[in-house]
Amino acid sequence: MKEKEKLLEIKHLHKDYGNGPVLKDVSLNVHKGEVVVIIGPSGCGKSTLLRCINGLEQIQSGKILLDGEVITENKTKWSEVRQKIGMVFQSYDLFPHMTVIDNILLGPTKVQGRDKKEAEAEAERILERIGLLDKKNAFPRQLSGGQKQRVAIVRALIMKPEIMLFDEVTAALDPEMVREVLDVMLELAKSGSTMMIVTHEMQFARAVADRIVFLDGGEILETDTPEKFFTRPKTDRAKRFLNTFSFHMERERGGKAI
Amino acid sequence: MQDLGIRVLFMGNNFIRLLKGLGVALKISLTAVILSVVLGILLGMVMTLKNPVTKCITKIYLESMRIMPQLVLLFLVYFGLTKSFGINLSGEISAVIVFTLWGTAEMGDLVRGALISIPGHQYESGAAIGLTKLQIYRYIIMPQTLQRLTPLAINLTTRMIKTTSLIVLIGVVEVLKVAQQIIEANRYTVPDSALWIYGTIFFLYFIVCWPISTMAGWLEKKWKN
Repeated sequence: MKEKEKLLEIKHLHKDYGNGPVLKDVSLNVHKGEVVVIIGPSGCGKSTLLRCINGLEQIQSGKILLDGEVITENKTKWSEVRQKIGMVFQSYDLFPHMTVIDNILLGPTKVQGRDKKEAEAEAERILERIGLLDKKNAFPRQLSGGQKQRVAIVRALIMKPEIMLFDEVTAALDPEMVREVLDVMLELAKSGSTMMIVTHEMQFARAVADRIVFLDGGEILETDTPEKFFTRPKTDRAKRFLNTFSFHMERERGGKAI
Repeated sequence: MQDLGIRVLFMGNNFIRLLKGLGVALKISLTAVILSVVLGILLGMVMTLKNPVTKCITKIYLESMRIMPQLVLLFLVYFGLTKSFGINLSGEISAVIVFTLWGTAEMGDLVRGALISIPGHQYESGAAIGLTKLQIYRYIIMPQTLQRLTPLAINLTTRMIKTTSLIVLIGVVEVLKVAQQIIEANRYTVPDSALWIYGTIFFLYFIVCWPISTMAGWLEKKWKN
């Protein structure tokens, strides 16, 4: 059912910060409309992988193609490529000196040169859908963490990206705010968006993913459907990882945040 | 009670002269402030560079400007340059030079502080929505830097205005000098004029500096994140 065209191709990607490789020969394809969830222990290179796709990190070798075009060359116009790749980060990264609506409209008006009225109307529609229309003129400091993160998602969405990257977007949130952000992402997934998600929320990963990619030590160890990965992981490392996690999940039910 | 010192103020054009003196002080300090802001922004940007040479030079400059009392610097420029190099500067020009040198150092440090206080992910989230480097600076970094900087720069302005009272010592006829002249001229007729004249100057400085300080406080509160 996923016989759709390749949107993103990562080929033999190597990344090194200068003290040992972070990503070793990572190859991965993402198809249109597919939701790929990348999981793995801390420091395994998940976030780095996303950052490489968005050009926030230099890569040492390998290449990344978007729509069949190589985007990892020196002459890459990142400003253009990044319009097609939306990214949401872990830290609440709204621009603190702008209101919610100005945060959202900065990209469409300044980068894409869209008409402000038209973009604003669209922004309002999206804000209404996620229940934040009344915060339109609020400043980020007046919002909760979960609200900020949802606005950050809108800010990326309004650029109409072909693919959205989510880098542990709930990791810095208080537990009770995680859900509202994950719900927005679930809805996006349902509406057919192409997404790559790095997360530690295993139940969410299972619910949202078309495919799970298990990364450890900078290598892809396993790629599978969520059903198979979570019930019958093939590698020992994945098994061990999932075990430690279920331990964490027990503690979380006890009311303790990770 | 006829001899109340305050009447000195209204004799002849004394009050007007005091105001003119204040004008000289303000002209010098504001010129220095404007130059300091422009040069300080440049200096502050240079100070954020990782280059060890610029780091060392700017550090020496900053520290020497801070360590040296402004009065010594004034004497150095006004008397020192004249004697040693035969450069003859007027008191006002010397004052502007000295306060610009000092203000640039202080301002540079404020700018550096404001620039490095912008977290790195602000640059990244700007880049992530496709903004170019220039746009990131224009729409994201500069506005935030200015927000952090403005209250501090305003405080520096009031400090500079107050410190210009030192220039009386290199013979610039500013508000304090005028005051001394008035007091001298009335020494025998109105012996307690000093209290009234200096008291007036106190209020003049207060009237100039207080609104500026208040504005700094107000902006700080308004922009508090």
